[in-house]
Amino acid sequence: MPISLRISGLSKVYNSSVVIDNCSYTFQAGSVYAVMGPNGCGKSTLLRICSLLESPTSGSISYYAGDNELAYDMRLRRMMTLLLPDIGIFNTTVLKNVEYGLKIRGLSRKSIYDASCEALELVGLTHKMSQNALLLSSGQKRRLGIARALVIKPRLLMLDEPTSAIDVENTEIVESAILRIKQERSSTIILSTHERTQADRLADKVVFVENKRLSQDGF
Amino acid sequence: MEYIASGFYHALQLILKLDSELLGIIFLSLKVSGAALVLAALIGIPLGALLSLKKFPMRSAAVSLLNTFMGLPPVVVGLFLYLLLSRSGSLGFMSLLYTPYAMMIAQTVLSLPIVASLTYAAVSSVNPVIRMAARTLGANNYQTAVAIIREARMGIMAAVIAAFGRVIAEVGAILIVGGNIAGLTRVMTTAIAMETDKGNFELALALGIILLSLSLLINTALHLIQNNKDVRSQIEGD
Repeated sequence: MPISLRISGLSKVYNSSVVIDNCSYTFQAGSVYAVMGPNGCGKSTLLRICSLLESPTSGSISYYAGDNELAYDMRLRRMMTLLLPDIGIFNTTVLKNVEYGLKIRGLSRKSIYDASCEALELVGLTHKMSQNALLLSSGQKRRLGIARALVIKPRLLMLDEPTSAIDVENTEIVESAILRIKQERSSTIILSTHERTQADRLADKVVFVENKRLSQDGF
Repeated sequence: MEYIASGFYHALQLILKLDSELLGIIFLSLKVSGAALVLAALIGIPLGALLSLKKFPMRSAAVSLLNTFMGLPPVVVGLFLYLLLSRSGSLGFMSLLYTPYAMMIAQTVLSLPIVASLTYAAVSSVNPVIRMAARTLGANNYQTAVAIIREARMGIMAAVIAAFGRVIAEVGAILIVGGNIAGLTRVMTTAIAMETDKGNFELALALGIILLSLSLLINTALHLIQNNKDVRSQIEGD
């Protein structure tokens, strides 16, 4: 079941510089949201806070599975993932990169391998599975990041500029993977992007970060 | 020049003859240095990683202290351990003085700061995105630490290689606590020092050449393992 999150009065201040100011918003379960805004407007900060990588300076986020509010614990953290712009590729094979999220969850070797192969197939990297991931092109690394995020079947998937600085072919593969999850409606997806056309292609709703606050543009 | 040529000849002769005394000395050198290296790695790698990953008060002071200890003078370590291990010392009851165990302790003390300090540097230099990536994939604190340490493995290997260089060439501390007793605590470096004192330069040089060759062999093997695993060298080579 996808999870929803409600942001209430969220603010983030870095060294007396306000990045997000008193934001409130509810991301509905199972929907795809595109967060848009100029560089440095706070999109990445918002995603890092939502993925529990950072704490807000003030305000709160509540996560819900149906009507039940979820506690801030390891179980909640393992329901979500964030694809970082730099991805954070591990210095090991492509396959082991994908397997990582499942290994730390203690799944059986066979199920880890099968699920990882399926995720790699989805992003067209099956033929690269034995290669060291650091040797991939930047577009392939982004696809690997998608596979690594999808394999854990997150109920909340956040993607920070998933197609920035990659070519058209890789962008299409990444977008089709996102659209496939969208079809399944098994995850709530929040992605940040600069491109309005991409937001239109992928998202149900577009949220703008303007003047350090969130505003919605439904379509 | 004559000494060096003769030293090479003598070294070759000693190796080919498989002199049992020489083999005993080589074996003890490797045993003492190997054990010290394993001990230093077992303590130093977690210590260096902990210093890098865990924030606590006085952490930078602890790192500075560790860096300072990298330059510990072997004779001072030897003297300190001698006082501890001698009969009147606080650890005298263990009767370790003039045994290979005392030499292992001395070399562990000397190599531990190298392993810990270079491990600290290696772990600290891992891209912070790795930590974030592990966490976003659901890793707990321990799993995140393991992921970071795994990324630092080449640097940690370099730390072990540097420590090996220190222990295999060390003479001051082990001479004091080991005593250079033939068949018991005589290792290559102490034998070289003794033969030099006796004016037996050819044999000293021969032992030196064997020591250097062994050191080269082990270092080459360690570097090969390191380079094979380090894909970054392949990327740079592209």
